[in-house]
Amino acid sequence: MRTGTLIIGACQAGVQLASSLRELGDTEPIVLVGEEPHAPYQRPPLSKAFLKGDATADSLTFRTHEFYAEHRIELVTRERIVSMERDSTGGVATAQSGRRFEFARLALTTGAIPRQIPFEGSELGGVSYLRTATDAALLEQRLHTAQNVVVVGGGFIGLEVAAGARAAGKTVTVLEAAPRLVGRAVSEATSAFYLAAHRRRGTRVVLNAQVSRFVGSHDRVTGVELASGDVIPADVVLIGVGVIPRTELAKQLGLAVDNGIVVDSSALCSDGLTVAAGDCANLPNPSLTPGGIERLRLESVQNAVEQAKVAAATLLRLPAEYSTVPWFWSDQADLKLQIAGLSGGHDQIVLRGDPETEKFSVLYYRAGQLIAADCVNRPLDFIAVRAMLHSGQHLPADRADDLSLPLKKLFLPAVPVLIGK
Amino acid sequence: MPSVTYISATGSETAVAGFAGDSVMETAVRNGVPGIVAECGGSLSCATCHVFVCADSVFPPMEDLEDDMLDGTAVDRESNSRLSCQLKLRDTDIRVTTPETQV
Repeated sequence: MRTGTLIIGACQAGVQLASSLRELGDTEPIVLVGEEPHAPYQRPPLSKAFLKGDATADSLTFRTHEFYAEHRIELVTRERIVSMERDSTGGVATAQSGRRFEFARLALTTGAIPRQIPFEGSELGGVSYLRTATDAALLEQRLHTAQNVVVVGGGFIGLEVAAGARAAGKTVTVLEAAPRLVGRAVSEATSAFYLAAHRRRGTRVVLNAQVSRFVGSHDRVTGVELASGDVIPADVVLIGVGVIPRTELAKQLGLAVDNGIVVDSSALCSDGLTVAAGDCANLPNPSLTPGGIERLRLESVQNAVEQAKVAAATLLRLPAEYSTVPWFWSDQADLKLQIAGLSGGHDQIVLRGDPETEKFSVLYYRAGQLIAADCVNRPLDFIAVRAMLHSGQHLPADRADDLSLPLKKLFLPAVPVLIGK
Repeated sequence: MPSVTYISATGSETAVAGFAGDSVMETAVRNGVPGIVAECGGSLSCATCHVFVCADSVFPPMEDLEDDMLDGTAVDRESNSRLSCQLKLRDTDIRVTTPETQV
């Protein structure tokens, strides 16, 4: 008789899922298995504090070994699961080493891997990706001795690394294939601000950049050649062009996969048995605000944590429904970007504050309703918008730019108040 | 090793051994102490690691951003409110009270 839960992926979502199972009273065995050599740790600092030398994989660990022991969560590192089978009573997962893990319940928190671009010269030393602490340690070492740094991809990871390298005095170039920075996550107004802000700090940013290959000598990268023929000198190249969800095991199990492991609002996969959570999952839009995109993947700490809690409840057959206000953050140099809500489908934008001051928010409206905000160095706007999206209060667009009052003073109740005679 | 005592809103105490250099937030989360959520992992982005610092525990004064964020906590701030991700342990013992809720 198989018992217990196997969680594949010792990451933010995996740790949360294991902890939540115990909090919900599960007393059966829990095995949390991951392929990395480290105990599970926070990834967001890898592109920030870690590269400055202010953090290590040890200092970023989520939980002490005592915590795992006390909560009877068996943490298994350095084991990569390569094959899976299951039926309605459980199954078995087999690692590359041959080690077998039997389970009654299964959770997939397999995460994502950096999207690789097969440029000529990608194999040269100094060409880097960033996802794991091992990647970060290697990148940190390379940055240490580098002068010329080229970042391919103007998304959050790329810009965070660029900002750090620039602050450390490197010559930094960001190459973005699209006409604007962070195009997948923010509006044109916010993109334009980040372009100006990085240039102000001395980073060269090339938009519409077409990389044709990496050039090098003696197996080391020395430059990035653009389609124009220009070669930008590079001792280190970081490629940050998004991630691909890890769905290999889900496919082996015959689960529906479509840009991630397809789950319902209870984090349940298409077999009605397995759960999945975090970056690997393709889920119904959990936003509390109506409308917007139907399904998506969310790459964020908050999603990993909250969806994992729902997945834990679902595994225990407790009713759970994932709805939330998605939120994200990115720290670039001294610029703190906090995003509340999903801005897709907005039809109106209100600017609150002057981007020139590097303290402003972009508020997004759809059909007159506030749906999201990008807040740069305005944490109170962020907290207020998040709270508002949770409670369903209303913020009239024509008053949202009034800096004389904190945002939370501008909210109106969700239901219009009828003033009687 | 400094000891950190977390007193819940209902008065129950949990004491754990901390390490100098770690934050009061990290020490709580790593040991599974309830009452501190820390959604953002300590990057001063979420205001969900709010604590009330007991009179006998002393930390350096806060910076502006922490001060701003404290206006957005789930339970209203008081004069001894801090965000525990910004409180680095040294070699003295620390006592903090956690609010009723963080979100």
